[in-house]
Amino acid sequence: MSATTYGWLVLAFPLAGTVVISLLYNRLPGRTAGWIGTGAIAASFLSALGALFMLLDHGREERQLVGTLYDYADTVGVDAQLSILIDPLSVLMALVVTGVSALIHLYSVAYLASDRGYSRFFAYLNFFVFSMLVLVLAGNFLLLIVGWAFVGAASYLLISFWYRRATATSAGIKAFVINVIGDVGLVLGTYFIFKHTGTLDFLGTFEKVPDEFATNDGDLVAGCILLLVGACAKSAQVPLHTWLPDAMEGPTTVSALIHAATMVTAGVYLIARMHPLFEQAPVAADVGAVIGCVTLILAATIAMAVTDLKRVIAYSTMSQIGYMVMGVSAGAYAAGLFHLMTHAFFKALLFMAAGSLIGAMAGTQSLDRMGGFRRAMPFTFGCFVVGGLALAGVPPFSGFFSKDEILLLVGDRGGWHWILYAVGYAGSLLTAIYTFRMIFRAFLGDPVPEARELEQGHVHHAGTPTNPMTGEEEDTDVGFPGPEHHIAERSLPMKVAMGALAVGAVVGGVVQIPHVTEVLHDFLEPTFSESELYEAHPSGGLTAFGLALGAVVALAGIAIAHRVWVQRPGTADRVRARLSGLHRVLVNRWYFDEAYDAAIVRPAAAVGRFAQQTFERLFVERTLMGGATGIVRAGSSAVRAAQNGFLRYYAALLLLGLAALAFYFLLAAT
Amino acid sequence: MAIGWYLAVSAFVFCIGAAGVLTRRSPLVVLLCLELMLNAGNLALIAFSRMHGNGDGQIFALIVMVVAACEVTVGLGLIVAMYRRRLPIDVDRMRDLRG
Amino acid sequence: MAEVLFFVAGTGAIAGAIGVVVLRNAFYAVLALVGHLLSLAALFLLLRAEFVAAAQVVVYAGAVMVLYVFVVAYVGGQDEEMATQGSGLRLAAPLFAGVLLVELCIATLGSGLQAIDGDGAPFDPAFGGPGQIGELFLTKFLLPFEIASYLLLIAAVGAVILARRRRGLDDGDRDDDGPLDIPRPRGTGTMAEAVDALGGRPGKPKGGW
Repeated sequence: MSATTYGWLVLAFPLAGTVVISLLYNRLPGRTAGWIGTGAIAASFLSALGALFMLLDHGREERQLVGTLYDYADTVGVDAQLSILIDPLSVLMALVVTGVSALIHLYSVAYLASDRGYSRFFAYLNFFVFSMLVLVLAGNFLLLIVGWAFVGAASYLLISFWYRRATATSAGIKAFVINVIGDVGLVLGTYFIFKHTGTLDFLGTFEKVPDEFATNDGDLVAGCILLLVGACAKSAQVPLHTWLPDAMEGPTTVSALIHAATMVTAGVYLIARMHPLFEQAPVAADVGAVIGCVTLILAATIAMAVTDLKRVIAYSTMSQIGYMVMGVSAGAYAAGLFHLMTHAFFKALLFMAAGSLIGAMAGTQSLDRMGGFRRAMPFTFGCFVVGGLALAGVPPFSGFFSKDEILLLVGDRGGWHWILYAVGYAGSLLTAIYTFRMIFRAFLGDPVPEARELEQGHVHHAGTPTNPMTGEEEDTDVGFPGPEHHIAERSLPMKVAMGALAVGAVVGGVVQIPHVTEVLHDFLEPTFSESELYEAHPSGGLTAFGLALGAVVALAGIAIAHRVWVQRPGTADRVRARLSGLHRVLVNRWYFDEAYDAAIVRPAAAVGRFAQQTFERLFVERTLMGGATGIVRAGSSAVRAAQNGFLRYYAALLLLGLAALAFYFLLAAT
Repeated sequence: MAIGWYLAVSAFVFCIGAAGVLTRRSPLVVLLCLELMLNAGNLALIAFSRMHGNGDGQIFALIVMVVAACEVTVGLGLIVAMYRRRLPIDVDRMRDLRG
Repeated sequence: MAEVLFFVAGTGAIAGAIGVVVLRNAFYAVLALVGHLLSLAALFLLLRAEFVAAAQVVVYAGAVMVLYVFVVAYVGGQDEEMATQGSGLRLAAPLFAGVLLVELCIATLGSGLQAIDGDGAPFDPAFGGPGQIGELFLTKFLLPFEIASYLLLIAAVGAVILARRRRGLDDGDRDDDGPLDIPRPRGTGTMAEAVDALGGRPGKPKGGW
């Protein structure tokens, strides 16, 4: 079987999984839906491996294969085909997506076991994986947009999974609305490019770009900026980032899969895929780099102050994706994608461990109420530490190599990119601090009552289930989380999944150690062959400096966190009191939500109110519709008067008709 | 007398009958006025039969009489049925079939 | 002589007609109609339609009017009230009738038929006699003859069904359910039932238009 056939199989298995689970959703006993879903993704992963091997069979020059299944339209100027592109970039993305998804599915089999919406969850999750794979395997803009939109829809479905929770549904709507803004950007950007190239096919477009567009051509820059809008919306970059923290309303596995490992990386993939366009429009690429940089430092500062466990990890995701966006915008494609891969491992691991911890806390997510779980949950603690070390960038964990390679290549560009370099390392320091703040607060110190209960061997159960954010009461029926809480220590599927990811987080770095092993860089070379930035090789001196600085920064961050939260317990409160203004800004997330509310949401609501009360009610209802119906009713009531039931009246009409007829005939006879 | 006179009488009686149908409230009397109209038609038919000199008009008039008899039978049967059910014998009050 | 008879009979006919329309008492109206019919029979005789005249007296005035008299006696044709509704119709009815009359007169008098000015076509003495009528019925107009007898049968059966009692002898006091009074949901059936069942307003949906 050829590589493209494997590519179609990669798409087929999750789709089949979704359809099967959806059709049989209320007939699947116990955890069957979970195993079907996991099996489908595992099969997809194996197909992706098959595609990889088939691809490697080809020579280096022929590693961009297009498989077309169906020609939608081939009319004047528009070539719309159902085609996928199998090349190193898409195969890498497919492997990462299917691999991490399979492990997350495995984890979810146990994690959501008591939820009434179990089958629905796996149907949605499989649908999401299918959509993401459509996105990464797409061979033309059309399928890319389709996958993009489906992924947004799947994200909405999964964020609002516990649909009877008002906060969850609002969060889902918020995410979807911001995603749609991104969709609009993507489609408009496509249009700007299509206008000149005349083809929707990727390879065809990339070939034509150097000829059709001058460097920094107005239309191209506009198109690339619009593509960036799409990427920023999907990847939660400033200013379209406000949906990601609220998306933590979904189950933890959803956060792990969508909002850490896969969906939010779609923006990074987009920029990497569109690199010929961005290289021909360096202005847009620079904008992208700056956005990535701003996001990474902004998110890192916010993560220092928030106290909800999942939101700390969410902001950390935002920050790390900022690194990736900055990297691929500045030309560090292999490094950015390498960080994407390692981030998928350790961030999913962190979310899974967080899920286990939240389970032990019976649904509470606030760090203020956690503490001292080290003895009660050793496996979870170990996973947290592994993930945290990888995230902070401590050698020899994978995160160290990937993050530093990005910063290295960014700095190597020179000029004003040194500012990005410096900010990147500052962000690294903050990353290490807030990561270990989270770990030390949750696991070290005196055990809280829930931890003590767990040490006795008994998982804490909340009296009445409540919404972790607002505290309002819920029940455990469909639409709300199930009554049981699952922790890793007691569940084999969860342990296996977390263990696999922990291994990946630890050893994943070996594929791309600068100057030593460049497996990823070589592998991705056919995709980026015409890019000059790809061949950049920083000097050995800069490399060594960067690696050393990275290690020092990470360890310093851990040390600071240890000092503040473990050795001198009151320090955090004193700092907060001293910098209360800054703290307030950070806790309120730099007031982005409030600004959007004032600038966009309220005016929109006011317009809606005006439209409804004034325009709709008065004009449309009263005048147009009331008038039209009034006329009809008046007419019909006038006609209805003729049916009054009087025999004599009818007889009179008969006679009148007869007279009229006679009159007519008399006239006709003259 | 010229045939036209008979036709004039027929027209008069017909219109009087029509006015009666429109004016009277008792269904009995309405049927009577209907009889008037039918008879006016009969008169016209006989007159024309005399005019042409063959008996076709008279046959027609006889058939009209048969039809009138049938109609009276059924109509009066209806009135009797109405009376039996204690419905008002008044065309103005029998107006259920209204829109 | 014929003219005198014609005027007498014509006046009688029109007087009888007016009497039917004007008289308030139903019985008097029936009697007026009988008078009208007899005058009409005289007119038929003047037109040499002897058989039809005889049939008119025997069948129409004799049988049909007797039927009327029976029903008036049974129903008790009380003097009817003045029309309360449709009083506009009381003014309009003579008007419509007058209009029709004018048109008919114009039609007859203004037509190009010359024959109506004459006394009629020459005929043989058997014209209008039973022999001629019978011959016509059994040869040229056999089908109408048979259908007319069939019609009489239908009418008779219909009248019997309409006016029969059901279920015993003392049911005349009860309001019987007719054959069509099957139980129906509220609001279906005639419009008037619907109006009453839905509380006075025909099918108005709630909450505005």
